[in-house]
Amino acid sequence: MADSREEKIKVITEYIIEEYIDEEDEEEIDPDTPLISSGIVDSFSMVSLKAFIERKYDVQIPDAKATTDAFDTVNNILDLLDEVSN
Amino acid sequence: MAYTETTRQSFRATLDEIREAGLFKDERFIHSPQAAEIEVEFPAGEPTKKVLNFCANNYLGLSSHPDVVAAAHEGLDSRGYGMSSVRFICGTQDIHHELEQRLADFLGTEDTVLFPSCMDANAGVFEAILTDEDVIIADRLVHASLIDGIRLCGARHDSFKHSNMKHLESKLELHKDARIRLIVVDGVFSMDGDLAPLDEIVALAKEYGAMTLVDDSHATGFIGKTGRGTPEHFGVHGEIDIITTTLGKALGGASGGCVSGRHEVVELCRQRARPYLFSNTMPPVIVSAALKVLEILTESTERRDTLEWNTGYWRESLEKLGFDVKPGASPIVPIMLYNAKLAQDFARDMYAEGVYVIGFFFPVVPKGAARIRTQLSAAHKPKHLDIALAAFEKVGKKFDILGKGKKEIIAEYGR
Repeated sequence: MADSREEKIKVITEYIIEEYIDEEDEEEIDPDTPLISSGIVDSFSMVSLKAFIERKYDVQIPDAKATTDAFDTVNNILDLLDEVSN
Repeated sequence: MAYTETTRQSFRATLDEIREAGLFKDERFIHSPQAAEIEVEFPAGEPTKKVLNFCANNYLGLSSHPDVVAAAHEGLDSRGYGMSSVRFICGTQDIHHELEQRLADFLGTEDTVLFPSCMDANAGVFEAILTDEDVIIADRLVHASLIDGIRLCGARHDSFKHSNMKHLESKLELHKDARIRLIVVDGVFSMDGDLAPLDEIVALAKEYGAMTLVDDSHATGFIGKTGRGTPEHFGVHGEIDIITTTLGKALGGASGGCVSGRHEVVELCRQRARPYLFSNTMPPVIVSAALKVLEILTESTERRDTLEWNTGYWRESLEKLGFDVKPGASPIVPIMLYNAKLAQDFARDMYAEGVYVIGFFFPVVPKGAARIRTQLSAAHKPKHLDIALAAFEKVGKKFDILGKGKKEIIAEYGR
């Protein structure tokens, strides 16, 4: 059975913390925390997040849909994931 | 007329947005040669003002050195003003070839090819050598020109946390099936002034069979005991596969850059790098002066030694005054202020005191990491440093930040 939205939030948030946050920073991420517009994830290094989601959920995200808006919060990413999964 | 009123209004609205975001860049007109003391017209139309310059990349004080200027004159007289050609048609003189060989000797590489700038070198090198079977793994804080070059090429790309070797290793492991893995770093990172740990990076590259590319623009000529750059500092001189660097900073500061490294890489740049193929050759004046710069640097380490002393004195004095200085071993010395408006106000007041420094803030540096970036030069005399330190103390007291760390400054001014 596919992961629930809550499980996906947990998995993606953990990846973001591991991949982008320095250990000494006390940054907290909730599903609506801006990632790109806040500078936590820059548009150049966003590709590793995209690649992770494609690998983890076995989907292809077309470049045209991989916008900085679509990746700006965990909730936005999940909406995108729903869209490309269907 | 194709430039319609709607188009004009649209561009104006964009410019207004840039202004409103506080990101509009004004030029300041300098009425003197580049030096430790310069004469500046700012704002435009105001009488000129003599200020001490702490924001140039004139690390070795060679930008207006009489021997360099004389060599430029000599180049102008003997080889002319322009070549009116790209390199491979009729734009390569004997001195271009000589400079490429001298740069390869200086950097400890197999070969070198000149570019109009290091921005062009970085824009061209990746596309010339990599395909979609390859992966570039770049430090997250590499220079914008490297990011542009990486985006222009067909290779996949990934990044690792700034100077985090564990993270780099995990990425080398993740991409172990790629044909070529190329690790990309700045030798000295331009906003923080810290050095990429090239000894560890070279060790990882060997272990995982990866190549290395270092942009040493903020290091060539002065980092390392004989100024050969960051690889020399870390004991890996001659072991970096590709070095890109500039003649536009310490090495005379006019313009020009290069890709230096493995012979085949350089040769592929000559065949395929678009800024090499489609942009004009470096003018003979600059090539001639750059040859003189390398001669000066090969004869003596005096200038880089002076720079090292200036940097040590500057860092130590700022710390004694109670500034929050980012640690490092380069003449880029950032004074952390964290708040963007504070950084701008601080720079404005320093200018009023006769010291030219610039505040940097998001998106140039991460949010909440605004700073004044100071840059030392071998041209700074001890009296220049002391005058500037007195000004920093005065302005630091005005904003009440002396002796305060990150948390206290953020508590007072916000992020």
